[in-house]
Parts: sequence; C-alpha cells; structure tokens
Amino acid sequence: MKTLFNSGHTACAGCGQSMAARLVIDAAGPNTIVVNNTGCLEVFSTKFPESAWGVPWIHSLFENAAAVASGVESALTYLGKKDSINVIAQGGDGSTADIGLQALSGMLERGHDILYVCYDNEAYMNTGVQRSGLTPFDTNTSTSPAGKQSTGNIRPKKPMPEIANAHGIPYVATASTAFPQDIQRKVKKALSIKGPKYMQIHVPCPLGWRSDTNLTTLVARLAVETGLYPLIEFENGVLTARRQISPLKPVEEYLKTQGRFKHLLNKPEELKKIQEIADSNIKKYGLKVSEVTPPTAGSGGT
Amino acid sequence: MKELLEGSYAVAEIIKRCKPGVISAYPITPQTHIVEGLAQIVANGELNAQCVNVESEHSAASVVLGASAIGIRTFTATSSQGLFYMAEVVYNIAGLRLPVVMTVAARAISAPINIWNDHQDVVSLRDAGWIQLHAEDVQEAVDLHLIAYKIAENNSIMLPVMVIMDGFILTHGVETIDMPEQADVDKFLPPYKAPYKLDVEKPMTFGPLVDPESYMETRYAIQETLKDVLNLIPKVTAEFAKVFGRTYNGLIEEYKTKDAERVIVAVGSVCGTIKEVVDELRAKGKKVGVLRVVSYRPFPAQQISEALKNIPKVAVVDRAVSLGSIAPLAGEVKAAFFGKAKKPKMISSFVVGLGGRDITKDSIKEIFRLLTGKEKQGEFVDLKPELLKENYEDPV
Repeated sequence: MKTLFNSGHTACAGCGQSMAARLVIDAAGPNTIVVNNTGCLEVFSTKFPESAWGVPWIHSLFENAAAVASGVESALTYLGKKDSINVIAQGGDGSTADIGLQALSGMLERGHDILYVCYDNEAYMNTGVQRSGLTPFDTNTSTSPAGKQSTGNIRPKKPMPEIANAHGIPYVATASTAFPQDIQRKVKKALSIKGPKYMQIHVPCPLGWRSDTNLTTLVARLAVETGLYPLIEFENGVLTARRQISPLKPVEEYLKTQGRFKHLLNKPEELKKIQEIADSNIKKYGLKVSEVTPPTAGSGGT
Repeated sequence: MKELLEGSYAVAEIIKRCKPGVISAYPITPQTHIVEGLAQIVANGELNAQCVNVESEHSAASVVLGASAIGIRTFTATSSQGLFYMAEVVYNIAGLRLPVVMTVAARAISAPINIWNDHQDVVSLRDAGWIQLHAEDVQEAVDLHLIAYKIAENNSIMLPVMVIMDGFILTHGVETIDMPEQADVDKFLPPYKAPYKLDVEKPMTFGPLVDPESYMETRYAIQETLKDVLNLIPKVTAEFAKVFGRTYNGLIEEYKTKDAERVIVAVGSVCGTIKEVVDELRAKGKKVGVLRVVSYRPFPAQQISEALKNIPKVAVVDRAVSLGSIAPLAGEVKAAFFGKAKKPKMISSFVVGLGGRDITKDSIKEIFRLLTGKEKQGEFVDLKPELLKENYEDPV
C-alpha cells in the first residue's frame, strides 16, 4: 500500500504512535507540511540519513512545533498557497500538554489554519516513562512510582480537549489507535475546516505501559470501551458526536492488560476511584447506548 | 532621502524596504518601537507581510524559523531576557541553516532587572552560529540590515545574522538618516531564493536526529562557513558602497590608529564617544586612536592583530563581563596575538557601562591615562565605592 509514512523506521514493536502517525498523514495526503516536536516519533522516523516521511517535514525543538507551524502557515498565507496546502503540527503528550502548552495556546488563540495532533501515550516515553500532565490517575511511572506510600500518579489527566475548546476553536476531537477509520475520518474533517484544530489520539506504548506488543489495538479499544478514553468531537465548542459503547466494561478489564496498573489490582479502593473517573466520563458525554440526549457541550476531557 | 528619525523607526523603514514576508516579535523594552513601527507600516498597506503577534520570544523565533524554512525572507527583533528566552531557538535556527535576520537592542541582564544598555545579552549568545554585527550609530544600523540579509541569504553562507544596536542609545536616539531608496535596495538585495525549503513538490526532511556518526560535521560546516563570512563581508560592503555611497569595512574600523601609541578597542555606540576623546587628545599632541570591532562573530582576529601589532599599549573596553573570567572581548583580542611575534607590549582590560552606566568622555580619558601605568585586568571603570561598603547603610 502506498503510504506517506514509510516502513523502515525504528519504532518499537507494537508502537501505537507509529500506527496513528501513518493513518494521520495518509488521510491528510501529499499536499501537507508536517511540523514535529521532539519525541519518540521524531526520533524513530528521521534518524539521519534516513527519513520515513514522504511529505515536507521539519523538527525544531521539544516544545515549539505549534509556533514553527504558525510560521509555516503564515509564510504560505503570504505566498497565497495556504488554501492548497495542509499544515499539521504534532507531538507527544508531554510536548503538547506540558512544555509546549504555551506555544499551542498561542497557535490556537491566533487562529492559524493548522491541525495540531497530540499522540497521547500518557507519559514521557522517549526519556524512559516519566509522568506527564496526561498521565492517568494512579499510573506507575518512573517518576510517579508505586510504593508503600504511593499508588502512583496523584493527579488525573489534564483536560486538554477542554483547554483547546476554551480557545473558541472550530474543531476538537479525540481518537484512538483502535479505531483507524475514525482517525482518518476526523483528520479529513478537521482539514476541511479553516482555522485551528486540535486532535488527541490515544496511542498505546507497550514499553511504557508494560503491555503485550501484539495487544496494542485491544488495549486501546478497552480504554474506549471502559469509558476511560471517550471518543468525542466538538465543533465550535459544541459536542457533536461521541462513540457510544455497548456493552460498557469495568475499568479492571483495561487496567489488567498493563503492568503500569498492576499495583492497583488488589486495591479495591483505588479501582473504585478509577471506575468513578470512567463513570463520570460516561455520564458527561452520554457514552451509554441508551443515552439519547447529547449533553450540552464545551466540556471535554476525562 | 535624508530625514530625521528615531533609531527604531529608521530600522522599521529599512526593513520595509527589505520586504520580509513574515515578521514576528514579542514586546520587550527597548526593542518595541521597531516592531510597532513595522506593524503600522503593514497596517498602512505600505508592506505586504504577515505580522504574527506571538505569546513569547520563544515563539517569535520559532515563527520566523518556520517561515524561513518555507523559503521566504523573515524578520524579528528582541533584547536582553527576550534573547535569552529564545536562546535555544536561536541556536536551532543556525543549526538548520536558515537566513533569519534579527535586530537586538542590546540590554543588561537580570537580576537585578535593568532595561538599559550593555552587551551581556548578545555576548552570551556569541557561540550560537549567528553572525553578529554591531552598529555604532543609527545610519550604520540601517545599513547593516541590508548587509545582513545580503550575507545571510548568500546560498554559500545560509546563516542567520543579528544586527546589534545599543538599547536606547541607538534604538531611541534621533539622527538625520540617509534612508536608502527602494530602487537601490532592490538592486542591492534581490528577492531571496532559497537553496532548500519545505515544498510539497519536493519533500525534504529538516531537523532529523543526527547521531555521533555525523553530528560533528554539522558544527564543523558552520565553523568553516563563518571563516568564509570573514572574506565575504568586505566584498558585500564594497558592493554596498557602490550602490549607496557609504563605505564600511564591516569587520573592523580603525580610527587614527596608524601612528598611535595608545589604542582603545571597543564595540558599538561608545566608539562615538571614544572618537571625540581621540580628537581632543590628538589636538593636544597625544598619539591615541580607537579600533572598533564591527563583526563580533565571525571574530576578525587576523585583522585585529594586523591592525594592532605595532601599537605599544592597547586597552580593550568591554561593555560586558564574563563573571569568573577575563572580560569577553579582552580575552578574544589577547587570543588574537597568541603565537605572534609582533604584538603590543601591554593589553589592558576594562569593564564599562554595565546596566546603562554612562560612559563619559572623562571615563574614556581615564582609560587612556591608566594605559600609561601598569597593565589592568578587567578593571571596572566608574564604580561607586560608597555602594560597595560592607556596612552599607540604606540612606532612606
């Protein structure tokens, strides 16, 4: 199959990010310029003298893809070429929600015609699984380790879709490696809308999550089916679509697939807290199939 | 056409004539008038450019990086903390070999916060791979921007340039400026043709991961290019003289040094004051002169050692300090004589004008006087002893 993200890169076996990145660029097509933050994707796809990318691609620093993309988009506007060329800025969860949040906020606020894609594997994987602002509650990472006095990461995920929505941008969506056609549909939809767009894709990292490399799609699917990673779409701040789930599964089914949650499996009180997070998402976004009333919007996140 | 202009607006006017497609900056004193001027010029329809009002200097530098990678001419400006905040992008732009031009309104570094002029900001980024050109007055600042684009965009150079103006002294100083005419600018500076760019017709990967097998060569390449810049600058200034009638050396300027017994080496606007003192002392029969370093990077060590080799006594005047070591310019001037047979008997080093402390004619005369005594190393001039007392009592 012809792709703009070629094989031969050095991603780990079972890497969800490499799968999602290929789906994104192939949906966007060849008339696309990609600006990439530092992170796993940049490292495994562009080791000199090789490159996996079949489109113009630039990496500058860890936190500035949104700003570099703003320059790319402004230059294309100056040249009168913006309408025929897509600009995608992308990075991992750390470069998006933590160190790059300021640059991203500036890009969203200024109204640039750019699609920003956050590949969310829920920790700093490239540097050895340190917690980020998008690491889930109670996750065991190298900087939020579980121990006698700790059950892991003490905070829930930063509500990035809500933060993006708060900028009054035309399109915000979440997606998952487990639903490839959904990713591609959302990328195409986002690129059909002028202005800043934010997409956050859940991408399992078998190395950091300590999950089996052949189960990446299953693990990602369980995150959606338990309500822990709602697939939602907002247009102009209004919730316009969500993937409803039947049957809803208990969070334990998702947690037990990964070593990063192993310490929780004999702690019913912690499992209860995580189930509450899922239940809250289910209620907030109407994820049960029986739900008919789309909740009022402006509120994304998990 | 000659007109009376504030330094910052003069820079805005020359940038207008250079026709950048993307301008991005973040407010910081004393740089703001430059980008305010450009914003008004664009708002008036006098320049077709995208002005990107970013949320930080880090993003300002990132925006011009991205725009430059598309293959168009760009402009940014900053100062002091702003330059530090964009520091990693500054290095990145040079590493990516993008011909960005940036004005730096040179200013002191915090803490304590101080908005006035010295050179600690630009000296701290001297190793970033940028060409650094220091203006002495507003006219030269205007002209150096044209020269900067011409050098940066030369396809065998492809390195960014900082045009450095002393904060307030030049950015807010009002001078009669011979503003280059658009037709002459167009003749001297044709539209930028990028040798490589982000182009959907010819996809390229910029900024890949480079491991120990290849990284060193990328730094070596910049080092070698900066040697080429030393040869290119005089050629570009000669071409500039033909079109605009103003002659610059571009690397160093020698003022009454030929028969001098005492010479001060300095950069930037203070050289104007030094020249006045030189004229006064010359009138009294004293053989004194000044050597001004225009190009701080690449550093014209050969030209400096050649110009000073027969001068008995040299004073290097730094408007910066390398805390814990020899003053920056002094160290480089001394290094220029390493291994040379002919050299000054004495090279003294003085630190002046930090945080905008006035450098008066008396300060300069004192430095010339001190040159008749023992060699000085990093001597701070015009210190206030009453502020240095251990049991200093608050006067309030």
